Amino acid sequence: MNILAELLAYACLVSGAFFVIVGAIGVIRMPEFYTRLHAASVTETLGSILVIAGLVLLAGFSLVSVKLLMVLLFILFTSCTAVHALAKAAIHGGLMPETDDDD
Amino acid sequence: MEHHLILRVIAKLMIPLILVFALYVQFHGEYSPGGGFQAGVIFAAGFILYGLIYGLDKVRQVISPVTIRITAALGVLLYAGVGIAGLLLGGQFLEYNVLASDPVHGQHLGILLIELGVGTTVASVMIMFFYVFARP
Repeated sequence: MNILAELLAYACLVSGAFFVIVGAIGVIRMPEFYTRLHAASVTETLGSILVIAGLVLLAGFSLVSVKLLMVLLFILFTSCTAVHALAKAAIHGGLMPETDDDD
Repeated sequence: MEHHLILRVIAKLMIPLILVFALYVQFHGEYSPGGGFQAGVIFAAGFILYGLIYGLDKVRQVISPVTIRITAALGVLLYAGVGIAGLLLGGQFLEYNVLASDPVHGQHLGILLIELGVGTTVASVMIMFFYVFARP
């Protein structure tokens, strides 16, 4: 049981790290602002959920895991809001998303 | 008012949590990472977030610049006062052991008061920076 939880935790941590790296590559490689924002939000949602889930499994049922879950809740609230604010500011600033229909 | 609806709702949710977390960092700083400086910065961040989203006038209604100046001075006064109290009770400047009958309790009381002074001053000065730079 213990080894199973530990294996699951490491699987969560590795896949979370994978999504963080994918997000980082996406931020560099994506062509324009909104797609970059999309890549960054992958890091903030899937990456952070998996990493913190892995840490909770490692910490077991204790005060540390409760604190980690609170951190996760805070990240889920604030990062989505920050991305929303960025996208809204860009739209108001006159930056339109590039689409295939353009010119 | 409709303009930043999501930001406003989330900020309304988050600001009390930020302030409570600042108090946690402040008073749990003896046992875990944290302390007066960090707590002051987090506390000020709550007010700065409020100011960024609701506007400078609103946050000035919450804490006026005059109050900020007074609390900034009060924190330093508390810090120095604990030091002087140590002198008056027969110890050295900032010697906590003499503050209570028991040296361990004295240490607890001393570090708690010192950190409270540091936190008050840091939070006040941070908010003061925000007011000064945000002045239109």
